[in-house]
Amino acid sequence: MQVELTVNGEQRSDDVEPRLLLVHYLREVCGLRAANIGCDTTSCGACTVLLNGESVKSCTVLAAQATGQDVVTAEGLAAAGELHPVQAAFRAEHGLQCGFCTPGMVMAAVSLLRENPSPTEEQVREGLEGNLCRCTGYHNIIRAVLAASGQAEVTA
Amino acid sequence: MSILGTRVLRTEDPRFLTTGGVYTEDLTDEALDGACHVFFVRSPIAHARIGRVDLSAALAAPGVIAAFSGADLADLPAIEPMMAGMLNAKMTRRLLAIDKVRFVGDPVAVVVTEDPYQGEDAVELVDVDYDPLPAVVDFDDALSNETILFEDAGTNVVVEFGNAGSLKPELFDGCEVVVSHTFGNQRVAPAPMESRAAAAVWGEDGRLTTWIPNQGAQSARDDLAKMLDVEASQVRVITPDVGGAFGAKFGADPEHAVVAWVARQLGRPARWTETRFENLISMTHGRGQRHTIMIGGSRDGDVLGYRLEIIQDGGAYPRIGAVLPFLTIMMATGPYSIPNAEAIGTSVVTTTTPIGAYRGAGRPEATAALERALDLFAAEIGMDPADVRRRNLLPPFTEPHQTAFGALYDSGDYAAALDKALEAAGYADLRAEQASRRASGGTVQMGIGVSCYVEITGGGDESGAPQENATVEVHPDGTATILTGTSPHGQGHSTAWAMIASEELGIPVENFTVRWGDTDLIPVGGGTGGSRSLQQGGAAVQQASKELIELARERAAAALEASAADLQFDPGRSAFAVAGDPDASVRLADLAKDERLFVHSIFTAPGATFPFGTHVAVAEVDTETGKAVLRRVITVDDAGLVLNPLLAEGQRHGGIAQGAAQALLEEVVYDADGNPLTASFADYPIVSATELPSFELASMETPTSYNPLGVKGIGEAGTIGATPAVQSAIIDAVAHLGVRHVEMPTTPMRVWRALVEASAQGTDSESA
Amino acid sequence: MIPAPFDYVAAESAAHAIELLSQHGDDAKVLAGGHSLLPMMKLRLAAPEVLIDIARVADLAGISVDGDELVIGATTRHADLASSELVRADAPLLAHAASLVGDPQIRHRGTIGGSLAHADPAADLPMALVALGGSVELTSAGGTRLVAADDFFAGFFETALEPGELLTAVRVPRRPGVAWGYQKFVRRANDWAIVGAAAIDGRIALANMGSVPVRARAAEQALADGASAADAARLAADGTSPGEDIHADRAFRQHLARVLTRRALEHIS
Repeated sequence: MQVELTVNGEQRSDDVEPRLLLVHYLREVCGLRAANIGCDTTSCGACTVLLNGESVKSCTVLAAQATGQDVVTAEGLAAAGELHPVQAAFRAEHGLQCGFCTPGMVMAAVSLLRENPSPTEEQVREGLEGNLCRCTGYHNIIRAVLAASGQAEVTA
Repeated sequence: MSILGTRVLRTEDPRFLTTGGVYTEDLTDEALDGACHVFFVRSPIAHARIGRVDLSAALAAPGVIAAFSGADLADLPAIEPMMAGMLNAKMTRRLLAIDKVRFVGDPVAVVVTEDPYQGEDAVELVDVDYDPLPAVVDFDDALSNETILFEDAGTNVVVEFGNAGSLKPELFDGCEVVVSHTFGNQRVAPAPMESRAAAAVWGEDGRLTTWIPNQGAQSARDDLAKMLDVEASQVRVITPDVGGAFGAKFGADPEHAVVAWVARQLGRPARWTETRFENLISMTHGRGQRHTIMIGGSRDGDVLGYRLEIIQDGGAYPRIGAVLPFLTIMMATGPYSIPNAEAIGTSVVTTTTPIGAYRGAGRPEATAALERALDLFAAEIGMDPADVRRRNLLPPFTEPHQTAFGALYDSGDYAAALDKALEAAGYADLRAEQASRRASGGTVQMGIGVSCYVEITGGGDESGAPQENATVEVHPDGTATILTGTSPHGQGHSTAWAMIASEELGIPVENFTVRWGDTDLIPVGGGTGGSRSLQQGGAAVQQASKELIELARERAAAALEASAADLQFDPGRSAFAVAGDPDASVRLADLAKDERLFVHSIFTAPGATFPFGTHVAVAEVDTETGKAVLRRVITVDDAGLVLNPLLAEGQRHGGIAQGAAQALLEEVVYDADGNPLTASFADYPIVSATELPSFELASMETPTSYNPLGVKGIGEAGTIGATPAVQSAIIDAVAHLGVRHVEMPTTPMRVWRALVEASAQGTDSESA
Repeated sequence: MIPAPFDYVAAESAAHAIELLSQHGDDAKVLAGGHSLLPMMKLRLAAPEVLIDIARVADLAGISVDGDELVIGATTRHADLASSELVRADAPLLAHAASLVGDPQIRHRGTIGGSLAHADPAADLPMALVALGGSVELTSAGGTRLVAADDFFAGFFETALEPGELLTAVRVPRRPGVAWGYQKFVRRANDWAIVGAAAIDGRIALANMGSVPVRARAAEQALADGASAADAARLAADGTSPGEDIHADRAFRQHLARVLTRRALEHIS
């Protein structure tokens, strides 16, 4: 079947199998491999991308369902060679180690801050409940999101 | 000013944040064009004889290129356990099971397809006849030998470290109080966010090139060569970005060898990425010990005797898990001075996923057993747990301290770490708050857990003293390359190794390229595990850098027509200058113009180092529902000098979270038939951001003399210190209600049951 | 993991979706957000031959007032339900329940109709609908029938939906200002409830205490007879037969039901 959608600002039209998952469409058809697959159960959030500006888990969305819509991945957050403020904050606060959860975590954080530009630490933790990280203990991820929100650091 | 000790941001981050890392599944290497996709058929039964394996329906499915069962690989040698001299060598494994399956997840066949979507369809069509045998899940069932996993071995015991007959009955003579208890250190899943994967292709020269997420390409190469029955020189392992490992990606697994075998058999590249379901049932698990402790001492708090008996679940096929009691025994008495102590261990096989290394590997178990024992002892004599610890800690030492269990502690000041942690936590205030909450009798009670530890990092293996190698090369354009035998997967070696070399060479950190994980480029290396990397790999980088300066000095002397002894190296300019004549100078980079400027160096450490510290945890427990919430974790982790606080803190954070998760949440669960009940992230409760507080880290740096950087390992401190502290805090929250112990993970149901039982006992004793 | 192959049809209207449903019969499944169905399909626990996507059907979306009731279109997403001023004012229990479903990403995709039709007894929205005494509109070629929440949930992942029927809308009574309580007992924030309890206006619903979201009828009766919240809550588990899993056995679930019901009756959420 034919899907027509915008990916990182680029209008695309591709012939796909109906069962093709959005994450596989992005990775294999579009060649955008920042989003990763970390589980089978919509649990880990490593595949998080923005669909019409909101975070979704692209392992649980069919490419077909994204037709006519706007997808943004970590690759498309900022111009090439630049970092989006959330990406920059993740670096400044050492909010990533192995990097596997990172693109999804960043996209979840971007979506969170759009919905709540000045979250508390607790709200950041709840806002990232759908994204698992095994390396950082979340400590610096939380700091990074708070820093990206422009708030004074809440934690020591 | 020195760059060492400063918070340098990671140079590797920008690409991880934008285009993402290039993990094995992301590879687009030309050599992998046209790759087929391998899917494993895994046993759904814990223990069975394999009957007919019918591949015909799968072979007829769309896109299927081939399918193989164990019989097709029967020519390959059976895999003996590592350290076959120590472990029961009859407990061998096949790449694909042939006669028997021994755990749910044991691979029995593969289906190979053109497209990965076809593989998931076809793999369901393989039909295997199983003749079920009794599962062996429980420690006692394994020890009883009623059902034996390996008939040739004649026993389920893999190895014994000492035996019950050697225990001294008089160990507790003279003790006023003796407490004993049996508890578990449960099986957990390492669960790196990136599952296992492989890509493999054989060259026309008959050599294998394979990309595997691993912790050390060199050991992965050696494992693969053994499993494929080829020379190690015929195997090239390349390590792409690795999405976390935590001990479980050391070496190579049978699946990695099967993918390589398929690629050779079909004469085309082959790829494999496991699902999370596969990962949770077939990547090695960690921990899995049962402890029986006995602790005795005086009523005023002196611990005089301690006995630890360990049963280790090795899982279905002995791997490093079976050896873990060795480390647990070595660290049995931890940071304490205990006059009489003994520890023994037995490893058994069970019809469950094999146990391997998981962050801490043997040491968290030792600390958990000992700290739990001290808490039970403190509760019995009615003394504050922190006071009992302080009273029994070894005094500060700067000369190595030999323990009765063969460990040689390099340096330590354990009481200082305890006091620092208690001060940072506001321990006295916490106890006061706890007392007032207890007095008020509210539903939510608060507990405080204290855990002191010393651990072993950077230990060598049977081949001798710990070593690592590094190559440092300066290029004419002012950039530099470092080759390292370590293998980062989140630790930040690109940044850290560049900092070390930058300090010596005066080349900016961003001008370094750090390379690892290609066995053709770096044939020798110990990889990253056991918290060894900085103290040996980093030390090797520093040593090579210093040697490079001396090599360059000779060239500079020739270039400047001066005596080498008159030359001074100015790192600020990355140049040599003649003393007293700063204009007569030559840049380091310029010395690489006519001839390559590089040094390969091997650093040898005198031995392992022993980081130490104290963790304090504060938890709240809802006494009606049994739910525990972790409120604070305060830690002092002294791993010697700190190279980059940002990276060191990140290691501590991650370890604390995993340690807290073991105490609070995580456990791999099997039913009595050996079926895994926690085979997805919906069921295995890997800790998320909402269950954790921010962590409070206090710093303490006691240098070691074992390497010029003065550093010890920091990677595993978190799991070692935090697990018992968190468990203890939860028990402490309900201690005044009569609870002395709750098993890990401290689930609401367990806490509630403990409260119900304590309440019933309280009623009994009142009525008695 | 990926679903087995299927054909995909995007419905243009509710009527079109119903026509497609009757055309394909049992071979078809309705897809809205896909956050109940696609996970089942990836695990191959469901393998429909046709998916009928209703996500872009305009007449299935939206929240409106109809007399004493709120009418919520089946494809209303959890995130929209949780943030709707109308729902927060007139049915705050439902908005709160929606804000606790899964995680933000799941709430950006999952729909109320999908969650109710999935009928997981541990889920938030089925319990909330039972507590509220709401109903669902089930539409087929023959017309629309209204089924009360108490009658809609028929068993573990089973509902009163007949072949050819589409869940088109959800109705809940408007109760601005009425006190309510909601308790979801989990180990991790985004887990399914080990046990849940929701209470409003003398009605109490429990999650994961049986094969469907159940009413705590003995406790409700005690309340009606004038019992205190604490006394009524002691009866909350009467007549329940909850399942057992790694999180809780039957006795613990029943204990939790009593504790959580008391807290819900004390209007804690």
